[in-house]
Amino acid sequence: MSTLEIRNLQVSVDTDNGTVEILKGVDLTIKSGETHAIMGPNGSGKSTLAYSIAGHPKYTITGGSVTLDGIDVLEMTVDERAKAGLFLAMQYPVEVPGVSVSNFLRTAATALRGEAPKLRTWVGEVKDAMEALNMDPSFATRNVNEGFSGGEKKRHEIMQLELLKPKMAILDETDSGLDVDALRIVSEGVNRAKAANNLGVILITHYTRILRYIQPDFVHVFANGRVVEQGGPELAEKLEANGYADYVSK
Amino acid sequence: MSVLTTNYLTPTGREEAWRFTPLKRLRGLHDGLAIQSDRETLITKGALPSGVSFVRENLEPLASSDDVIIERVRGAATSVAHLAIAANTELAEPIFLGRSAGALDTAEFSRVRITLGTHAVATVIVENTTDTVLAEDLEIYCAPGSNLKFVTLQEFESKSVYTARHHAVVDKDATFKSITVTVGGDVVRILPTVEFKAPGASADLLGVYFATAGQFFEHRMHVDHAVPHAKSNVNYKGALAGKDAHTVWIGDVLIRAAAEGTDTYELNRNLLLSDGARADSVPNLEIETGEIIGAGHASTTGRFDDEQLFYLMSRGIAMADARRLVVRGFFNEIVSEIGNEEIQTRIMDRIDTELEKAAHHG
Repeated sequence: MSTLEIRNLQVSVDTDNGTVEILKGVDLTIKSGETHAIMGPNGSGKSTLAYSIAGHPKYTITGGSVTLDGIDVLEMTVDERAKAGLFLAMQYPVEVPGVSVSNFLRTAATALRGEAPKLRTWVGEVKDAMEALNMDPSFATRNVNEGFSGGEKKRHEIMQLELLKPKMAILDETDSGLDVDALRIVSEGVNRAKAANNLGVILITHYTRILRYIQPDFVHVFANGRVVEQGGPELAEKLEANGYADYVSK
Repeated sequence: MSVLTTNYLTPTGREEAWRFTPLKRLRGLHDGLAIQSDRETLITKGALPSGVSFVRENLEPLASSDDVIIERVRGAATSVAHLAIAANTELAEPIFLGRSAGALDTAEFSRVRITLGTHAVATVIVENTTDTVLAEDLEIYCAPGSNLKFVTLQEFESKSVYTARHHAVVDKDATFKSITVTVGGDVVRILPTVEFKAPGASADLLGVYFATAGQFFEHRMHVDHAVPHAKSNVNYKGALAGKDAHTVWIGDVLIRAAAEGTDTYELNRNLLLSDGARADSVPNLEIETGEIIGAGHASTTGRFDDEQLFYLMSRGIAMADARRLVVRGFFNEIVSEIGNEEIQTRIMDRIDTELEKAAHHG
C-alpha cells in the first residue's frame, strides 16, 4: 500500500517574458489502487503537475511538497523517482534516434530491478506486453518513438507501464490523438496494470471519453493552477454536459 | 611521372584549405621538415581470396591533387601498395588491410591504390591502430558496374599524426560507399574525395568522429559531379568532449554544368558534450546547372537534448547511462553500416570509453 501526497505544490517556469507561476498550491492524495481523474481546460496547469512530479528540469518548485510513502520526492533525481515507483506516461513521448525499443526497455528494466532481467523470461515478457497492446513484433527493433504514429507512441507508453510495474502512474493526456479502437486498447492496458500491481493512477485529461474505459474513483477539476472542485465520477458527467466555462470565469 | 622536387608551396595557415589545421602539430609533414622513413607498413590480414592481389608496383596517380602533402607523398614514395580485385570477383567476406607498425620520430609517405575490376563486389576494411606519423595518398578506382564498401578505422594511439586523401574515381554504374571512423590520434586530417567518371555512378560517404581533450580531427570532403546522372550522399556525425577538442568538417559539393540529373545531399551533425570543445562545420554546395534531381545540405551542432535525457531517466535510467545511450544512438546510424559485428562493438566500446574519460575530466 502506497500513498502519494501532494501538499500546497507551487511551481513556476522561466519564459522569455520572465518567471510565470503555474501551480498555485495543489493538494492531492493518491493511494494504491485509486484512480484520480484530473480534468481541466488547456493551460490550467495539468501537464505542469505531471512533469513537476516526474522532475522535469524546466519546472521550478517554489513551494509545497510531494512525498511517496513519506519520502520526499522533490529531493530525488529523475531516475530516482522512477526507481521509487513513479511513472509518467507522456503526452508527447520523445524520439531517441538510434536507440531500439528493445535496448531501451531492457536498460530501463535493468535500472529499475537492480539487475538485468533474465534473457529467456524477458523476451517472453516483452512479447506478451506487445501482443496485449496489439503491437507488431517489429516494434522492438525500431528506434524509440522515431516515426511512430500518435497511437503507436501512446501504446508504447502503456506497454512500459505494464512492463516496468510502477506504484503510481501519471497519465498525461494519454487519450489525446487516439481513435476509438486505440483508446480502448490503451485503456485496457491501464486497467490491467491497475489490477496486476494495485497501481495508483493520476489520469490527466481534457475530455471525459477515456473515463468510460478507465473508471475514476475521484474527479478533480483543475483551473488556473489549482484544484477548484472535487467529487466522484458524477462530476465528470457534469463537466461533460456543462464544459469548463463555470471554472474558467471564476 | 616527373616529380618537381622544389617549389612545394608550404601552407601558412591562411589558405582556405589549411585555415583550421594546427600546422605546428603536423610534425613537419606539410613543410618538408619531417624525416622520411623507408617503412612500408600497410599489410593485409589473412590470406587473400582468389581474384585478389596485393603487390607493390609503380603506378601513375589516378587524379591530380592540389594538396601540398599529397604532392610531397607523390614525390617521396617509391612504389604504390596496390590491392586489386579482378573483374567479376564477388567477395562475401571483407578484405582487411591495416597498419600496426609506425614511429613518431620519422614519417611514412605512403601511396595506396585499390582497384575494383568491372562488376567486382567487395568490402575493404583498413585498420590503423599504431602510434605513427603518416601521410597517405590513397586512390580508389571503381570500374563500371563494380561495388565497393570502403571502411577506414582511425584508431591511432594518442600521439599520431595522420594526413591523407582518400580519393575515389567512380565509373559508370559503379557504387562506392565509404565509412570513415576517426576516434584516435593527435591530429587526423582526411580528404575524402570523389569524382564521377560516367553516368549512373553513385557514392555514399559516411563518417563518424569523436574527439576528446586536445584532439584535432578534420574531414574535408569534396564531391565532384562532372557527369550527368550521378548520385552522392554525405552523412558525417561527430561528438566532442573535453578542453580544446576540435573537429572540422568541410563538405564541398560541386555540380558542374554538364552534370544534369545530379542527386546529392550532404549532412553533418555534431554533438558537443562539454564546454571548451569546438566543432567547425561548413557545407558548400556549388551548382552550375539547374537541371538536377536534387541538391541539399544541412549542418547542425548542438548539445545533449534535455528532453531525450529526461525521457530515458524518467524510466529509471541513470544520467550517465542515459548519456551513453543517446551518444551510442547518435553514432549507431552510421556505425551499423560497417556490417561487421566485431568492429562495430569495438568502435562503440571505444566511444563509451572516450565518453567516460570525458565525464571524469569534465
